[in-house]
Amino acid sequence: MNMIVCVKQVIDPEAPPASFKVDPSSNTVALPSGISPVISPFDENAVEAALRIKDAQGGKITAISLGINLLRDVVRKPLSMGADELILLDDEAFAGGDSWSTAYALAMAIKKIGEYDLIFCGRQAADWDAGQVGSGIAEILGLPSVTLAKKIDITDGKARVERVTTDGYEVIEVPLPALITVSNELGEPRYATIRGIMAAKKKEPVIWKPADIGSEPSQLGAAGRRTKLLKLFQPVREGKCEIIEEDSPEEAAVSLALKLREAKIL
Amino acid sequence: MAEYKGVMIYGEVTEGKLAAIATELLGCGRKLADDLGQELCAVLAGSDISSLAQEAIAFGADKVYVVDDPLLKDYQTDSYVLTLEKVVKQVMPQILILGQTSIGGDLAPRLAFRLETAASMGCVELAIDPDSKLMRQTRPVYGGNAQAIFTGETYPQIATVRAKAMSPLKRDTSRQGEIITIEAGLDPSAIRTKVLKKVTEEVEGVKLEDAEAVVCGGRGIGGADGFKQLEELAKLLNGAVGATRPPCDNGWVPDGWQVGLTGKIVTPDLYIAVAVSGSSQHMSGCSGSKNIIAINKDPEANIFKEAHFGIVGDWKKVIPAFTEKVKELLAG
Repeated sequence: MNMIVCVKQVIDPEAPPASFKVDPSSNTVALPSGISPVISPFDENAVEAALRIKDAQGGKITAISLGINLLRDVVRKPLSMGADELILLDDEAFAGGDSWSTAYALAMAIKKIGEYDLIFCGRQAADWDAGQVGSGIAEILGLPSVTLAKKIDITDGKARVERVTTDGYEVIEVPLPALITVSNELGEPRYATIRGIMAAKKKEPVIWKPADIGSEPSQLGAAGRRTKLLKLFQPVREGKCEIIEEDSPEEAAVSLALKLREAKIL
Repeated sequence: MAEYKGVMIYGEVTEGKLAAIATELLGCGRKLADDLGQELCAVLAGSDISSLAQEAIAFGADKVYVVDDPLLKDYQTDSYVLTLEKVVKQVMPQILILGQTSIGGDLAPRLAFRLETAASMGCVELAIDPDSKLMRQTRPVYGGNAQAIFTGETYPQIATVRAKAMSPLKRDTSRQGEIITIEAGLDPSAIRTKVLKKVTEEVEGVKLEDAEAVVCGGRGIGGADGFKQLEELAKLLNGAVGATRPPCDNGWVPDGWQVGLTGKIVTPDLYIAVAVSGSSQHMSGCSGSKNIIAINKDPEANIFKEAHFGIVGDWKKVIPAFTEKVKELLAG
């Protein structure tokens, strides 16, 4: 199985909300000091999905990441988990894109890679939460796509995907090659082992620039956007929390119940 | 782009009925159409769904386009993208809005790329800019830590809307409208996937999305056992139990219990968050709740910035005492 996984470096979504600051003049978010960026969590689920298939039937996993200021320690994570190769689309030209220009660049890179049976993406990135790039890549490459995968089995050149729905799941069969987006219901991604981390450090990522993937500059990054960001802001939280304090947690509990009853909430 | 006109909503059908989200989209679409001075239409796609067209009119549509075909019985990306592509190219709406559901979230991006236009996903607010007349699309980003307003100049302008972000109009069966049939004209070989099975996870008691009271457990519950106590409390309140992502990812509770940005969106009168830190991703799913109660032993937990009432304490001591008192008060 020849597999490709798209991974994105993002501000750590687990960072405390208090550390999150928008700069309204530039519509950007400052990297919280002292908190390292990470691979977007759903992308880790995507890497895990590929690794499970590699465990079951062997294969090769190529991770690919698009961005700028990509920290090698961060983007190496898929390698540490067990992926075989890492390709970075690391260039100013790729920056400031939206789903459209990002999907286009990744699709061009995948075309250059050439051979693949499966492409995995996280269902949405932890920064912009758009959830479109996977489907966009599939559309550009003319591939069938299945989103929100929580389980994937491969037999006879077809993938059997359990797909999350509002009140359960459905099982979709899709012929390969196909693109699958992965959700957290797949389960916890494996930890990188010490051995994996050491091996990853020895692997040099391949760096591709716009010319390498034969892309039109007008379709890349900020230039290739089809959406315009008008404003980025943090909604002001109004209201105060009334903390119920008593001598013991049990007394506080009773006091809370009475308070809610009084306020006709109970 | 004078040729694109009107607002179109995708009328999702669930269990043979017009889905709640579809009625919410019609409420939202009505306002957008009125602001533009244009028509509101709905597109219904499926098998044996023609009878629902009148329902869409009752909820505000001026026109309903119906694509009724056995090949559309189950949602599949290929068949629905082809169908919507055909309808959009025929009707040429300026705006197309869908629900942010497992269908809309799959259909909208692929359709947008197919039509070479752009989509904004999971919007909480849509409005017409008075100057440009373009649609302003407001959506949570960074896991709910921020909100962004987007716009675009390609047509149709596509957006998906989060559940419960919009309100339906009052159902009015006296409303008149036009029903237009469009043939799907699908080539079966163009549908590359197959739906092998559909599984509905049975929910005991009240459904999470409909519950007037929700008791939600976080990572601090520590295991499946702890959730039994929350279930007892929820039952007393005639409500449902929810969870943040870690309990679901750890397998303590079913995935369907997840409340959050990528889980269920709930807006109960009473939301009790037990051992929940209050991450933005989680708050995105419950911030619409009328009264939020927080119980957490960490006084710095973000949940205390979001809640209306709170106790800083160990839930293992608070919940049993709270449940007892609630039992007493409700009985008396």
